[in-house]
Amino acid sequence: MDLEAEFERAVSGEQRVEPRDWMPDGYRKTLIRQIAQHAHSEIIGMQPEGNWISRAPSLRRKAILLAKVQDEAGHGLYLYAATETLGADRGELTENLINGRQKYSSIFNYPTLSYADVGTIGWLVDGAAICNQVPLCRTSYGPYARAMIRICKEESFHQRQGYELLMTMMRGTDAQRAMVQESVDRFWWPSLMMFGPPDSESSNTEQSMKWRIKRNTNDELRQKFVDMTVPQAEKLGVTLPDPALKWNPERGHYDFGQPDWDEFWQVVGGNGPANAQRIAHRRKAHEDGEWVRAAAAAHAARRARREEGVA
Amino acid sequence: MSFDNAYESLIDHEDTHWAFGTGFSEALPGVDRAIPSDVDSADLVAYCLMLGDDALVLSQRLAEWCSRAPELEEDVALANIALDLLGQARLLLTRAGEVEGCGRDEDALAYLRDERDFRNVHLAEIECGPFAGGDFATTMARLLVFSTWKIAQYSSLLGFADPVVAAVAAKGLKELAYHRDHAAQWVVRLGDGTDESHRRMRAGLARVWPFVEELFAAHPVEQRLGLDPAGYRAEFDSVIDTVLSAAGLERPTSVPAARVNGRAGRDGVHTEAMGYLLAELQHLHRSLPGATW
Repeated sequence: MDLEAEFERAVSGEQRVEPRDWMPDGYRKTLIRQIAQHAHSEIIGMQPEGNWISRAPSLRRKAILLAKVQDEAGHGLYLYAATETLGADRGELTENLINGRQKYSSIFNYPTLSYADVGTIGWLVDGAAICNQVPLCRTSYGPYARAMIRICKEESFHQRQGYELLMTMMRGTDAQRAMVQESVDRFWWPSLMMFGPPDSESSNTEQSMKWRIKRNTNDELRQKFVDMTVPQAEKLGVTLPDPALKWNPERGHYDFGQPDWDEFWQVVGGNGPANAQRIAHRRKAHEDGEWVRAAAAAHAARRARREEGVA
Repeated sequence: MSFDNAYESLIDHEDTHWAFGTGFSEALPGVDRAIPSDVDSADLVAYCLMLGDDALVLSQRLAEWCSRAPELEEDVALANIALDLLGQARLLLTRAGEVEGCGRDEDALAYLRDERDFRNVHLAEIECGPFAGGDFATTMARLLVFSTWKIAQYSSLLGFADPVVAAVAAKGLKELAYHRDHAAQWVVRLGDGTDESHRRMRAGLARVWPFVEELFAAHPVEQRLGLDPAGYRAEFDSVIDTVLSAAGLERPTSVPAARVNGRAGRDGVHTEAMGYLLAELQHLHRSLPGATW
């Protein structure tokens, strides 16, 4: 049996692929691209929420938010480490991010304009991310699947914290309730866009499903997210801004309207409200840190030489 | 826990506060919270505010690095240090409010006091990067100086008359040992790195050094509580000298920053940077009076 056939058989039999196993180049490239984009999303995702750390309205909320943004940096680290098991280099991937050669989740190109956005991102954005990511805990590439298990645990914790913030605000003053509704109005459609374009327009789905890198289609996951979220919105007391949203007893699912796909393609294409800002921020941090990384490398090399000299 | 329904357990538990490690009802279990009778309460409140404000204000500064650090590992480390200090601040401000007995909690003290009522040292509030006023080297210089001083200060408080302050000091010492180690490693790496990093490290130390003198000047509140910061200056100097020597650096010669009519941070007289820091920290809380968070 040739290597390719053996690989296909192992993957379709739900066996895990490990770093030393043979794998097709296309599989390796697709995985590096997907995991890197996920890592970039975690790192860029630090910005919209990090935007509110200095202004968090209570010390408890400040601690929760700082810990959450710190977790995102940690997720980025595990994921970059997973790409390194495939032969990628973190430095190169960071260059790809700041040069626009690799993408990150478009949701982070929307601005955070009130503290309610911290809660809404936890509830809707982390919620959508979990819907996308839970199936990846069973993805075929071992290091990725294991990273995803840890990440999903922490993401579900973040989602609860976000929902709890919104619930607390809804029990507060009228101004706070209005702030929550306004935030949900802004983030609902972008959250639905997080599952990607409709299946009819998605180019990568078929091969990725076959390789067990992806396990559900965009439309399946979007439906799952809507079905889960509607009862939570009712419990919270917010209105989801979709007049077409309605339970369909025949399908056993909610019917819902379509996001503005033109806006989606605009944002994906780089013209979203904060694309340039997010990349400029990441680029500045990376470039400002260059002398620090160079110093650490120079010191480590000098110390190694000294220790060699002594030995 | 099943990952397939991690998402579905939301609705049943909305009353629970999930923030692990961010509440403090259990932070100091078993510590006697009775107010000691052999200490002047007003002095104890003022001292808790001094310690709490040091931690709160430096935490606010360090959190500014989040998403701006030279490496992801540093984003994580600096956020972690900021979280430790925020945790100390919350315990100390809560204690200040408890001893004061006027119903002010940690948030009333953090968000509703005006600048003149903040008692932190200037070293905590000055800008040392990532924004104007410094860089990563300046940040590490400040962190080394601050944590070395705090370790000596907290060590002197282990037998303090107030058991809550003593317990915060004991808990904080473990955290500060890590902060100091982290800063010291970077000071050595940068001092012994490239020409540029050496130059920046030297400039960073020179930037923070004028604020060292204030750390060891006993405030009347401290004197009345029987505390003498000057007593641990030698210990501080010895640690700093050890680190600087490993880094190939020398103690800066900059002269101490002058006071304003004899007053500084512990008296509520701050640097210009403090007003901006508080404006950012307090703005949202003050914009929505009566809100619950």
